[in-house]
Amino acid sequence: MGSSSSNMNNIPDGQQLLQETGFSAAHIVRLYERFEFLDKDNTGHLRPEDLETVPDLDKNPIGARIIGAFFPPGKETLDFGSFVRILAHFRPADSNRARDGAQQEPANSTTGKLRFAFQLYDQDGDGKISRDELLQVLRSMLGLQVTEEQLQCIAERAIQEADADKDDAISFDEFRKSLEKVDIDHKMSISFLR
Amino acid sequence: MRGSGYVHLWLVVCLISGVTRANGDVALTHQESPLKPSESKSSLNHTEHGHDSIITGIPIVTFKWHHVEAPYIIVLWILVAGLGKMVIESNHHVTNVIPESALLICFGFILGGMIWGADKQQTFKLTPTVFFFYLLPQIILDAGYFMPNKLFFSNMGGILVYAVIGTCWNAASLGLSLWGCHMGGAMGDLDIGLLQYLLFGSLIAAVDPVAVLAVFEQVHVNEVLFIMVFGESLLNDGVTVVLFNVFDAFVSLGGSKINAVEIIKGIISFFVVAFGGSLMGLVFGLLISLLTRCTKNIQIIEAGFIFVFGYLAYLTAEMLSLSAILSIVFCGMCCQKYINANMDERSVTTVRYVMKVLANGSETIIFVFLGISAIDKSIWVWNTGFILLTLLFIFVYRIIGVFFLTWILNKFRLVPLEFIDQVIMSYGGLRGAVAYGLATMLDENKIKEKNLMVCTTLIVVYFTVILQGITMKPLVTWLKVKRAAVTELTLIEKVQNKAFDHMLVAIEDISGQIGHNYMRDKWKHFEENWMSRFLMKPSARKNRDRIFNVFHQLNLKDAMSYVAEGERRGSLEFIRNESAFVDFKKKFGDEYSEVMPDIMADTSDDHGAMSAVGRNPVPSVSLEMHEQTMNGMRETNDVNSHHLLQQHLYKGRKQHRHRYSRSHFEVNKDENEVQEIFQRTMRSRLESFKSAKMGVAPPKHITKHTKRDQQQKMPNGKSVDKNRSYYSGDEDFEFSEGDSASGLEASRNSFPMRITYRAGDGIENPAFMPDLDPMSQVQIPPWLAEAELDSGMVAPSQRAQVRLPWTPSNLRRLAPLRNSTHSTDSFMLADAPAAQQRDDDELPPPPSPPQSPPPPPPHRGRL
Repeated sequence: MGSSSSNMNNIPDGQQLLQETGFSAAHIVRLYERFEFLDKDNTGHLRPEDLETVPDLDKNPIGARIIGAFFPPGKETLDFGSFVRILAHFRPADSNRARDGAQQEPANSTTGKLRFAFQLYDQDGDGKISRDELLQVLRSMLGLQVTEEQLQCIAERAIQEADADKDDAISFDEFRKSLEKVDIDHKMSISFLR
Repeated sequence: MRGSGYVHLWLVVCLISGVTRANGDVALTHQESPLKPSESKSSLNHTEHGHDSIITGIPIVTFKWHHVEAPYIIVLWILVAGLGKMVIESNHHVTNVIPESALLICFGFILGGMIWGADKQQTFKLTPTVFFFYLLPQIILDAGYFMPNKLFFSNMGGILVYAVIGTCWNAASLGLSLWGCHMGGAMGDLDIGLLQYLLFGSLIAAVDPVAVLAVFEQVHVNEVLFIMVFGESLLNDGVTVVLFNVFDAFVSLGGSKINAVEIIKGIISFFVVAFGGSLMGLVFGLLISLLTRCTKNIQIIEAGFIFVFGYLAYLTAEMLSLSAILSIVFCGMCCQKYINANMDERSVTTVRYVMKVLANGSETIIFVFLGISAIDKSIWVWNTGFILLTLLFIFVYRIIGVFFLTWILNKFRLVPLEFIDQVIMSYGGLRGAVAYGLATMLDENKIKEKNLMVCTTLIVVYFTVILQGITMKPLVTWLKVKRAAVTELTLIEKVQNKAFDHMLVAIEDISGQIGHNYMRDKWKHFEENWMSRFLMKPSARKNRDRIFNVFHQLNLKDAMSYVAEGERRGSLEFIRNESAFVDFKKKFGDEYSEVMPDIMADTSDDHGAMSAVGRNPVPSVSLEMHEQTMNGMRETNDVNSHHLLQQHLYKGRKQHRHRYSRSHFEVNKDENEVQEIFQRTMRSRLESFKSAKMGVAPPKHITKHTKRDQQQKMPNGKSVDKNRSYYSGDEDFEFSEGDSASGLEASRNSFPMRITYRAGDGIENPAFMPDLDPMSQVQIPPWLAEAELDSGMVAPSQRAQVRLPWTPSNLRRLAPLRNSTHSTDSFMLADAPAAQQRDDDELPPPPSPPQSPPPPPPHRGRL
């Protein structure tokens, strides 16, 4: 812990990130080390290629999408602040809600987590998961195990399950509603980021 | 030989020793004279002697009670226990308040009282042999086999901490405290030393899986809490048996000889026994998995292997003095995935059901006998101090242990256990039959106060199972414990869960941490690449994806609801007019509610009933013994649909057969024959369709007429009905009820607009034309012409012909199940009562007129 406080000062916007994301100083430091490690050429920014070098990520069926989620449309680089803010989605929800008063929607709230998951599907950013978008994800996750027709049926069916307003696409509200029963806090939290 | 045989029997059935009179006098009115155990040996001899002497005379009937005594009594007890459960379960308002386990114990009290009244002594009780060898393994195997593995392993750390440390803590604290109180003089004069106290502590420390399951499955707490309590109870049984054996050995050794070396040996043996047992279970689990790879040709018995191997795992571990309970648990957990994939679906269903039957049966018997065992004067040694202090300490130390361990665990847990969960966990510390079984195993020579311990154990069991069991539900409600969400299976959730898994792994990768998800991912890769390869059939490895399975199940459910609706409405007509994936209920409602409001009302009721069959919600924790956890599983749906179809459809075929084929009763078993009939049918129907399309005659005429044709065309008249039966099974559900006399009204109302001729459907193949034309006009029988006058009626074959190309392929799987329901005859009857007489005269057996051309072979191939 002694080293962390000294390191905190080197981190750009360290204190602000601390406030914003709810990470502890130790976490921020650890993430910063990781960030610097991934940032091979020390530019202070990550490029998609940097993340692609992470071992095992290429085997992950939705790895590319996860990487994509780190880079908002139009941005080719990722600074440390955005990096931490994105990872903050995966921080377990706070048991003491006192802090929530200050901000309107912390990244690690259920809605924040869901929004992150939602945008993994919603590639074109129109606020809706269309059938094609769902199909792409399904295809990458199910791979060669099922035929294309089956994939289409599955996508069709999944959309129908969630699609309340019959527009043949899943909006964020529909998405949230369909996952109402899933313990999002449990499923989208990583213990080490606590 | 006789003697040893008797002794053997005695061992096996000591639970039922000397019962004759009990059954005779009390339970089942056998008119058998009472036998003392000592007498029964001689009487056995006597029986056999009598058997020899039988030869001299020729008895027509002999009464040989002793010949069948032992198995007979066992079976009777099972029956009595089962009936008891039946009576208890039929009173829902009672079981809602008092858990079934408590009621079964009370039932046991009553039975025990009756036996006592008849015998004036304890004749039945739960013996350790019967309990540990014949009743417990099946329950534990069931628990292991249905263990939600993912949930279990993701909470493994916590479960182990509770099971190992918690149990040791309970045992040690209870033993030491009781000893302390003894020293302080709270119990008066008892001959129990420190080691004996520890032994007692160890046997009563463990939470009992049977009791816990029985209570917790009724309260539906959330799955994490459930797996914590249940996992703990399962594993700590193993721990408590090990502890018990260690302390038992210490007691035998005597206090003076115990030194540091012995204690260390005890600790080592603890770990060896526990881990050795688990390992043994894993080995047997892998062996079953391997074995089921090769049982393709003996599918009929492959389900039995699971039980045999499970039991073998238990016995082998017992033989090597490893933990048998842990062994069978891990055996079940390890093999579940692979055997489910390797075995035939029917075998899997068999395993599931037999598992439940055995486990439920054992559980029932255990509770009943726990009750019966109480009615025994000899074990009731009252020592207020000992008994009350035990109860108090058990309760208090359980709470302390749970809160302390949870406090430590919560430092590491992702989602901490809440305070309320901890309260429930503490309160859920039910003791059960394992403790009682261990207590009766105590050696009276070494432990003078055995009876006191047995009696205390029983009181603890009754107290926890009955009192805590009853209060558990109100407590859970009052504390607003998070309940298990009873979820419908939805595809989107499955997809999303999978996406979450991948997402977490990716995030862990990116942030460079090795966490649970990373480990799980690695394990999954290893498992898929290596274990599955060796343990699963290559064919089973395909299509094992969860998402696809869910999709498949959902489709089956839909098919089920289609069938249910179709039967409700007398036809599956609608299925062809709507997309297969549309929730037809909604559409159905929109389209038809104004046409037939009364049927709609019916349907909504029926939908409810149907949902009981096809849409059972899948509980998130699929472990509970009494729940029909297999509902919603693919197998069950299969079974359901099979059952449904058989019930509703098979009868029709029989009637039909008897009516039509008086001289030919052979069942249509031959696949080829079915195939051929199908092809012929299809061919003739295509032909009739063709003819209709060509407008050679008004469609209805053609229809009826070609139908008759087709019958006549069959070279042997007998196959006609079979042939119809087959094709109608495949595609024409409206044949079933809709066209029968009874369903006529409904079918008329419900399909006013369906009876339309569709020009666009069908295959245009001029090749059929030549055959058709000559036949079309010639053979219209007069009664058929009459029938045509009834214009409200539709000839089934017309409908069939119209819809032919629409045959929904997803219903094809149902085809073989449904053989014909209604013949030409039955709709004729409905159609034209005037024609009935002639119809009956003419039709069976259908004539094969010489002028009808034999089916042209070339067409068969085409179809």
